[in-house]
Parts: sequence; structure tokens; C-alpha cells
Amino acid sequence: MLDLLSFGPQGWGWQILGGAGMTVAVAVSAFALGVVLGSLGAAAKLGENLLLRGVAEVYTTVVRGVPELLVIYLLFFGGNGMVGAVARVFGHDGYVELNAFSIGVMAVGLISGSYSTEVIRGAVQSVPHGQIEAARACGMGRWLILRRILVPQTLRYALPGLGNVWQLTLKDTSLVSVTALAEVMRVAHLGAGSTRQPFMFYTAAAVIYLVLTTVSTAAFDRAERHTMRGVRRA
Amino acid sequence: MNWTLMWDALPRLAAGVPVTVQLVLFAELAGVALATGMALMRLSGNPVADWIARSYVFVFRGTPLLVQIFLIYYGLGQFGGVRESVLWPVLREPYWCAILAMTLNTAAYGSEIIRGAIQAVPHGQIEAARACGMGRFLLFRRIIVPIAVRQALPAYGNEVILMIKASSLASTITLLEVTGIARRIIAQTFAVFEIFIVAGAIYLVLNFALAWAVRATERRLTPYARARV
Repeated sequence: MLDLLSFGPQGWGWQILGGAGMTVAVAVSAFALGVVLGSLGAAAKLGENLLLRGVAEVYTTVVRGVPELLVIYLLFFGGNGMVGAVARVFGHDGYVELNAFSIGVMAVGLISGSYSTEVIRGAVQSVPHGQIEAARACGMGRWLILRRILVPQTLRYALPGLGNVWQLTLKDTSLVSVTALAEVMRVAHLGAGSTRQPFMFYTAAAVIYLVLTTVSTAAFDRAERHTMRGVRRA
Repeated sequence: MNWTLMWDALPRLAAGVPVTVQLVLFAELAGVALATGMALMRLSGNPVADWIARSYVFVFRGTPLLVQIFLIYYGLGQFGGVRESVLWPVLREPYWCAILAMTLNTAAYGSEIIRGAIQAVPHGQIEAARACGMGRFLLFRRIIVPIAVRQALPAYGNEVILMIKASSLASTITLLEVTGIARRIIAQTFAVFEIFIVAGAIYLVLNFALAWAVRATERRLTPYARARV
């Protein structure tokens, strides 16, 4: 029975491993997109512009208050239309079609970004205001303050929170399987259907997620220790 | 934007609310009980019980709920022993499988919240209760539970909101709760945005109502923390 999971001609080993690779690819891309959206969202929320602040507020409230699956359906069924509409604004006529990977990354990235926004906003706010005043007093410009003072410290404060967001993002990628993208959950579903061994295939998927979450927990712990190396402990 | 379509979809989607609420309610009732048991196992000092509870939390927090739902709904039916057991009439139903998976999932997160809340009870209070001659159970009932409940309430409210959102996954095993119905209407009408807005609004109303209820309960339970007028 276990030879179904092997790498031989009868085995699903390679497919499952490929699915795991796809899961990591979707998760990493979505997380990166989420950090970009989160930085923009945090900047909008902390900025002076009332319109941008409102947009960011609606974004985080709606995406965090609505089930992830619903957001994925929105992008899966409506994503091509949305991108087409944006393309028309830029003067591109004709039909735009996105592949399942881009749709999945957009959907999970949108969800990830709503959580990252709050994490990054909190981190920016915990940089002591005196430091920014000191930097201004030294004659630093906006971008230099951002690069030398704000970003390095924000990263340090945001890392534990972003670690949590990464775990959520990794697990949310399993929902992308409803769009038929061949990530680990989808492969397990196909294997379970064609071999009639669902328990084994879903257990294999569960083990892969456990390995991924365990490895990334260890990686984030190391990164956290690295960013905290200059901080004196009480 | 097709307003009539949205207006027509509202009662159809609202018809899924009782299923969503039932899933969350049953999963949380059973989940809190299981979570309390797991938290007490972690705090018992017994290495075997501690290890069991730790592994449980590790497995259920480290895997997506979707895997857990599929393992229970599709996976368990693979075994003849399960199909012939007395539990089969329950495990055959997607409704109970979804509740079971959600219970196991929320209990893993909940046990950490409860453990933290119990550990946050000031040690001096426990010493004082002991000094008054309280036994273990009296101490637990009169001192630890009341303080821990107040401590755990906000975090547990967040967990229930996560469960309301997670209940949407029950639609993947054919249950017609709000998301399942939304998916069906989208497939019939292709009105993606309109249905998303109505279904999303239903979830937002549920979550806001819950958040308000948690805040109101918290306020009621902590009159001493309010500023005196």
C-alpha cells in the first residue's frame, strides 16, 4: 500500500513532491505580495491622506472579516475580468487570461496583505518618535530616514508578527486547490480519487504541511535571533 | 452592478446563515470542553499527558483545516472497520464531519489560549486561597476559573471569529452554508462581484455582531476595571 507513495512508476511520490514545490512557490510569492501590499496599506493608514486611509481601512476590514474561501472564489471567477478592466484603462483591448498560479498568488497575497498591513503598522508605530526627530535634527531627508532608521527597526519589530502571517499564508494556500492548481492538496485529492486510498494521501499532505510549518518556525526563530542580536536583554 | 440580482440573492444567501451558525456553535461548545481538557493536561505536570497535549496542538495547528476536513470526511470512510462501526451514521454525514474537524481544530488553538489564561492567574491569589484552606476543586472553581475566563475572553472571541470564517470550508464537502450557496449562485449567474458583496456583508455582520457581544460581555464581567465616575 505504501508503494503508492513511492517514487516508482506506480508511485505518486514525484507528483506529491511537485505539489509540495508548488505549495511553497505559491506561499512564498503570496507572502511577498502580501508584504508589499502590507507596506502600502500601513503607509496609507499612517499617512495624512483621508481617502487612502479609508481605502486601507476598508481593505483590511473586509478581507479579514470575510472567509478566505470567498476571497479565492472572487479572484478565481472574477480575477480575469478585473485584470481585463485594469488593462483596458491602460489602453489594452482584448481578452486577458491569467493562469491558475497567478490567480492563486493574487488571492492568497490579498489575504496575506491584509494581515501584514496591521503587523507592519504596529511595527512602524513602535519605533520611538525621538529617533525620527533625532534623524531630522541630523539633517536626514525623508528617504534617508526611511532607509536608515525606520525600515531596519520596523523589520525587527514586525518579524514575529510576520512569522505568524507566513504560517497563515502557508496554510491558506491549501484553499487554492479549489482552482485546480496542482499544489499538494490538489495532488492528494487526485491521488485519493484514482487510488481509493484517501486516508493515505491526505495523511501524506498533512505530513508535508507539518514539515513546512516546522521548518519555517525554526527559520523565523533564527531570523528573529539575528535581528535581535544588537538588543540588550533585561 | 446588478442591484435586483443582489436583492434576490440576499434571502437565498441568508438561508445559509443557520447552517453556518450551527457549525460554529456546536464546534465551539465541544471545542471549549476539549481545549480545557488539553490545557489542563499541559499544566498537569504529568509528562505523558503533557506530551499528548503538545503533540495534539502541534499537529492540528501545523496543518490546514481543509486537510483535516478531508481526512475525516473522505479518509475515515476508507476503512471497513469505520464503515461497520456504530459511528458510521455520524461520520457519513458531511455536517457532522465538518463539526468534528472544526472542533478538533479550534480546540488546538483554544487550549493555548486557556493555558495562557490559567497561567496568568496571579500566584498570590492562589496562595491566598490555599491559606484560607480551600481545596483543589474549590480553588479552581472560585479563584482560577473566574480570573482565567476574564483573561481568555478577548482572545477566545478572535478564535470564534476565525471559526465563523473557517466554517466556509464546510462547503467543500457539499454543505450548503453561506459560502456554498454563494458559489452555487455564482456558477448560475456569473455575477461574481454582486454575490461576493452580499455574502461578504453577511459574514461581516456576523463577525461584527460577535465582536460586539464579546466586548459587551467583557464589560459586564469587569465592572471593577472601569473608571469610577
